[in-house]
Amino acid sequence: MAPHDLRRPFKRAAISDQQKRRELSLLRQAQNRRNAQHQARCLASSILSLQSSAPESEPEQSDIEIETVPETEHESEAFSKDPDVRRASTLRGPEARKWFAKQLMLPEWMIDVPDRLSQDWYVLARPAGKRCFVVSSNGTTVSRQRNGSILHYFPSALPAGAKTRDGSGSAQSYCILDCIFHESDQTYYVIDTVCWNGYSLYDCTAEFRFYWLNSKLEESGACNAPSHYHKFRFSAVPVYNCDQSGLYAAYTGAVPYVKDGLLFYNKHAHYQTGNTPLVLVWKDENCSQYVIDTDGKGEIPSQQQLVLELQDDRKLVTSDDPPVLFGCLDGDIIEKSGIQSGNLLRFAIGDGGLSFVDGKLEKADLVYLGKSNRARVFADSYSKVIFQFMVRHSPLKMDDLLASINSPDDQEKIPSDIEMVG
Amino acid sequence: MEVTQVLLNAQSIDGAVRNNAEESLKQFQEQNLPGFLLVLSGELVNEEKPVETRKLAGLILKNALDAKDQQRKVELVQRWLLLDGNAKSQIKSGLLKTLSSPVSDARSTASQVVAKVAGIELPHKQWPELVVSLLSNVHQLPAHAKQATLETLGYLCEEVSPDVIDQDQVNKILTAVVQGMSASEGNIDVRLAATRALYNALGFAQANFSNDMERDYLMRVVCEATQSPDVRVRQAAFECLVSISSTYYEKLAPYIQDIFNITAKAVREDEEPVALQAVEFWSSICDEEIDILEEYGGDFTGDSNIPCFYFIKQAIPALVPMLLETLLKQEEDQDQDEGAWNIAMAGGTCLGLVARTVGDDIVPLVVPFIEENITKPDWRQREAATYAFGSILEGPSPEKLIPLVNVALTFMLTALTKDPNSHVKDTTAWTLGRIFEFLHGSAVDTPIITQANCQQIITVLLHSMKDTPNVAEKACGALYFLAQGYEEVGPSSPLTPFFQEIVQSLLTVTHREDARESRLRTAAYETLNEVARCSTEETAPLVLQLVPVIIMELHNTLEGQKLSSDEKEKQGELQGLLCGCLQVIIQKLGSSESTKHVFMQYADQIMGLFLKVFACRSATVHEEAMLAIGALAYATGPDFAKYMPEFYRYLEMGLQNFEEYQVCAVTVGVVGDICRALEEKIVPYCDGIMTHLLKNLSSNQLHRSVKPPIFSCFGDIALAVGEYFEKYLMWAMSALQSAAELSTHTAGDDELIEYINTLRNGILEAYSGIFQGFKNSPKTQLLIPYAPHILQFLDGIYMEKDMDDVVMKAAIGVLGDLADTLGSHAGSLIQQSVSSKDFLNECLSSEDLMIKESAEWAKLAITRAISV
Repeated sequence: MAPHDLRRPFKRAAISDQQKRRELSLLRQAQNRRNAQHQARCLASSILSLQSSAPESEPEQSDIEIETVPETEHESEAFSKDPDVRRASTLRGPEARKWFAKQLMLPEWMIDVPDRLSQDWYVLARPAGKRCFVVSSNGTTVSRQRNGSILHYFPSALPAGAKTRDGSGSAQSYCILDCIFHESDQTYYVIDTVCWNGYSLYDCTAEFRFYWLNSKLEESGACNAPSHYHKFRFSAVPVYNCDQSGLYAAYTGAVPYVKDGLLFYNKHAHYQTGNTPLVLVWKDENCSQYVIDTDGKGEIPSQQQLVLELQDDRKLVTSDDPPVLFGCLDGDIIEKSGIQSGNLLRFAIGDGGLSFVDGKLEKADLVYLGKSNRARVFADSYSKVIFQFMVRHSPLKMDDLLASINSPDDQEKIPSDIEMVG
Repeated sequence: MEVTQVLLNAQSIDGAVRNNAEESLKQFQEQNLPGFLLVLSGELVNEEKPVETRKLAGLILKNALDAKDQQRKVELVQRWLLLDGNAKSQIKSGLLKTLSSPVSDARSTASQVVAKVAGIELPHKQWPELVVSLLSNVHQLPAHAKQATLETLGYLCEEVSPDVIDQDQVNKILTAVVQGMSASEGNIDVRLAATRALYNALGFAQANFSNDMERDYLMRVVCEATQSPDVRVRQAAFECLVSISSTYYEKLAPYIQDIFNITAKAVREDEEPVALQAVEFWSSICDEEIDILEEYGGDFTGDSNIPCFYFIKQAIPALVPMLLETLLKQEEDQDQDEGAWNIAMAGGTCLGLVARTVGDDIVPLVVPFIEENITKPDWRQREAATYAFGSILEGPSPEKLIPLVNVALTFMLTALTKDPNSHVKDTTAWTLGRIFEFLHGSAVDTPIITQANCQQIITVLLHSMKDTPNVAEKACGALYFLAQGYEEVGPSSPLTPFFQEIVQSLLTVTHREDARESRLRTAAYETLNEVARCSTEETAPLVLQLVPVIIMELHNTLEGQKLSSDEKEKQGELQGLLCGCLQVIIQKLGSSESTKHVFMQYADQIMGLFLKVFACRSATVHEEAMLAIGALAYATGPDFAKYMPEFYRYLEMGLQNFEEYQVCAVTVGVVGDICRALEEKIVPYCDGIMTHLLKNLSSNQLHRSVKPPIFSCFGDIALAVGEYFEKYLMWAMSALQSAAELSTHTAGDDELIEYINTLRNGILEAYSGIFQGFKNSPKTQLLIPYAPHILQFLDGIYMEKDMDDVVMKAAIGVLGDLADTLGSHAGSLIQQSVSSKDFLNECLSSEDLMIKESAEWAKLAITRAISV
C-alpha cells in the first residue's frame, strides 16, 4: 500500500481543447438530429403553438389556417384539397420543404421594368443571409428557415417574444415577421410583417405593412442591443419610394449589412405566399456578390444552367403558375436515364440560346445534363431563367431603371394616348 | 516439473532461458490449473525455498486471480470459483500460513493474494471464516505476523465492497486496526501497517462514524498518529485525514480546530511528503464545500443534502497566511519538469480552491502579500506574489477584482517582457491567461481590455511566444482566453487588425525546434483553433487562407517513411493536432453559406489527406481525423457519397475500436452525420454499419458510454433510409427493448441516474427515427407489434419520476411519432396508456418550451389517431 498520489492539475486549464472540439461536435450533431426530426414533424407544431397561444383571437387563427392549406397545383397525392392544417404534419423531406417554401412571399426576378415604378413601388436593399419566418408567441421566439428547420430559439423584445418579469408576454399576442438573418452582425433584418401583436397584416397593402413595421418595431425595443431577454437585435431595412433619389439611396447607400440585390415591392400588394410578380428582385455586381448563378462547387459554369420539371407528355416546364413551356425531352433520354415525369432535370443553355418572339419565349437550345440535386423542390421560375440569361447577354442595368424613372412623361402619355384614340 | 528451478529460470538474465521457463509455466497452467496453483502456493509457503521464487510464485498466483482487462478478470474469477474445493482450501491455508513467515517478502506477497481470493469469494458468501481466523489471536502474534495480518486486512478492505462484510466483522477489523495504530503498540512497522489499513477501512466505518464515542476515538487515534516519530506513519495518518475530509465531511465540526493546528504545524515544520498531505486536507475540504455551495446555488430544493459548515470561511484568517508562506518554497526548475509537485505548488493550488470557496473574502487577505513581494529583488518573492494573484482570480466577483487587475495589468505586461527570471515570466503569463479567462468577455460589464491597451497586450504575448517553451506555452494559453473573450463580439472584432499577425506567430511557434517541450506545439495549435473559432466575417478570408497552409503541413507529415516508434508517435501527435485544426476550420467555414462555397474547393484534397492519415496508422483510426470527417460530411451534404467507397473501411475500423472507446463513440456520431448528409445513399453501407452497431451493443467489452449514441444512431439510419430499415427492424427492436427494460428503473447514485437518462434518450431517439422513417410507407404495420412495449416503456419512465428534461422532451415526442405513424392502429392502446394522459398534460404545462412544443405535437397526433 504505497502512499497515494495527490498531484492536482497545476497551471492548466480545466478543459482541454480536444474535449472542447468533441463537445462542440456533439452539440452540432444533436442540433442536426433535432432539425432532422423537426423536418419530419413539420411546422405543424409551430402553427399549433400559435393556436394554443392565441385561443381568444379567432380571426387571426383562421388567417393562419388559410395560409397552411397546401396549394394543390402540380403536386403529388400527398397533398389533397382538404383544407386541413393537420395534413401538413404528415409531410416529410422534399414535401415538407415545398410546404414551407410556400409560406413565404417569394419575389419574381425583374426582367423588364414595371410601369409606374416611381409611383407604385418601394425599393429596398436586400440583406444577404438566411430568409426565415420569425414567430414570437407565448414568451419565446422561434425562427424557421424556408426548409422548416429551426434557426434559433430565443427570447426577444418582440411582443410575446420573451418571458419577462413584468409578464408582458401576454398569451393572446404573437408576431410573425418575414426576416433575413444576417450572420456577421447576428441581426434579424425585417423585410416584411405578417402579423403584429395579434393583428394579422396578410390582407393589408405593403404600404400599410411597412408603415406599421416602422412604427411598431422601434417602439417594441426589438431594435435594441442584445440583452438577457433579447438575444438578437432586430432592424428594419430602410424602404424608399422608388423615385430617383430613393432608388439611388437603396442602390448606393451605406447599410450595416452586406447587400444582395434590390427588392421592389408594389405598394398595393397584399402579403401573398409563393411566387408573386408584385415583389421583384434585381441585382448587379455593384449590389450583390452573387449575380450569376454558380454550380454546386461554387463556380460559374461556362453555360447557363437551369432546372425544369418533366411533365407526362415529355414537356419541360418552369415552376410558374401556369407553367411556362421550354421544350420537350427526347424519348431516348427518358428511356436511357430512367427518369420519370415529375422529376426535376438540369439543363444547360446551348449556343443556340433562347429566342423570343414578341417578348415571348419561342425556342430554347437545351442540353440535358442530368437529374437535379435532390434538395431541390421546385423547378426554376421563368423570370429567374430569363434574368440569368439576360445577365449573361444583355443585362437590365441600373441605367435602364433610372431611365424609366426619369421619363415620367412617357408614363403619363399612355393613358392620354388611349384617350386620343378613343 | 521442478518448479523452483523453473521459477528461477523465469528471472534469468538470459532471454532464451527466461522464455523457455515462461513457456513451460504457461503450459503447466493450461494443462492443469488446480495442480499449477497448488504447486505455486506450496512454493510460497515453503520456508526452505529461495525468497525470489517464493515471491514470483505468489505473483503468478495473484495474476491467476485478477487482471486489468475486464473480460479476462471475469474469466479468471469464474475459473477460480469452479476450481476443486479441496485444492482451494489447501491453497488458502497455505496462504494464511505464509502470513506468519519470518521472510517479509513472502508475507507481503501472501497478504495480497489472500485479499484477491477474498475479493472473489466473499461476494459469493464463501470463506466466511476468513476475518475471524485472521483476527482470532492477533494479540498474541509476534510483531511481524501482526503486521502481515493488518496489511492483509488493509488489502482486503481495498478489494471488497463494504456491503460484503457485515457490521460485526467491520467492528472487529476496526478494533484490531485501531489497536495496532495506538501509541501503546511498540512496533513501528505494526503501527504503519495499521494506519495504512485504516485508510482502506474508512469506507466500511459509516456506522462507527455515526456513533459519537467511536468517532471520537477513531479521530483521536488518527490525530495521535500524525505525531508519530516515524515519517511514514505521519504521512499515512494525514492520508487518513484527507480521506475522512471527503467521506465524513459532515462529521468534522468538533475536530476542525485541532486538525487546523496539526496541519499548520505539519505544513510549516514537517518533511515535504507529510506537509503535502496536510495541504491536501484543506484542498479536499474546499472541494467538498465548492460542491455543496454549487448545489445551493443551483436549485435550493431543501433536499436532505449535506449542509455547508463553512470550515474554509472560518479558517481563512489563519489558513491563507499559512498557504502564502508555502508559495515562497518554490523549486528552481519546477516549470520545466512535467512531474514536479512540491509544497509551493500544492499551496498555490489550495489557495486557488480557497478563493473559489469563499469568493470576495480572500482578496483583502492576499493583496498585502502581493504588494509587499511583487517588486522584491528575490525572484522567489516576485513569483510567489504573482502566483498568489493568479490563484485568486477565480471566485471573487469581477467588481472586487477588476480595480486590482486594472492596476496590475501594465505591471504584468512589463514583467512578462523584462523580468530576468523565467519562472516569474511563466507565472506572469499564466496569470494574464487567468485574467482573460475569468474577467474578459461579454459577461463582464467593464472591459479590462480596451482600445488603448489591446495592441500592447497582443504585442507582449506574441513576443513571449519566442521565450522558453514553458513561458511561450503560457503565452499561447493567455492568447487563447483573450480570443475566447471576443467569441460573441459581433461582426467587427478588436482582434481583426492583429488577426494575420497572430496566426503567423502561432504557426511560427508550431515550427520551433523545441516545440515538443512543455506541450508548446499543442498549446499553439489549440490557440490557433480558438482564434479560428472566434473569427468573424471580416477575418473569414484569412481563415480561408489558413486552409492550404494546414493542408500542406498535414501533407508533410505523410512524407516520411520507415519511422522509428518515437518518430511515429511524434507524427501521430502532429497529425492529431492538424486534423483537429482542420475540424475547427471546417466547422467554422461550413456554418456560413458564403464561406462554405469557397471552402468546398478544398474538400477533395482534405478528404484525401484524412484517408492517408488513417492508412498510415494501419491499425487504428485517428479520433481527430474522424471528428473532422463528421464536420466535412455535414458541410458537403449528399456529395459526400463519392468519398464513401474509400472511407468506409476506416469507418468500420473506428466502430470496432473498443479499446479507445472515445474513437468508437466519435465514429458512431460520424455515422449519424453521414446519414443526414447522404440520406438514402447510405443504403449500400447499412448492412455493415448495422452489423457492427448490433455487435457493439451486445459486447460487454465496450465502454458503456458508447451505447446510448449507438441507439441514437439507429434513429439516424432509420430516418435516412426509411422503410429500407425493415431488414434490421427485428434486431434493432430487440436490442432497444432489452435496453428499455433495463433503463426503466433506476437505483443508484447520481452518476448512474445520469447514465440511465442518457441511455433512455438514445433509445427514444431511435424510436423516433424509426417511426418517422416508416411514416407514410406501406410497411408501417410492421411497427404495430412493438407499440405495446414502447408505450409501456414511456409509462414506466414517467412513473419513475427521475427523468431529466432532455428525456422528457424525447419521450413525449416518441408518443407523438407513434400516434402519427400508426394512427388508428394504435388508438386504443394509446388511450390506455398513462403517458397519453398525465404525462402529456404535465408536458403541456411545462416551463420548458422544447418540451411544450413536442407535447403539442403529440397531442395533435393523438387526437387524430383516436378520432379516425
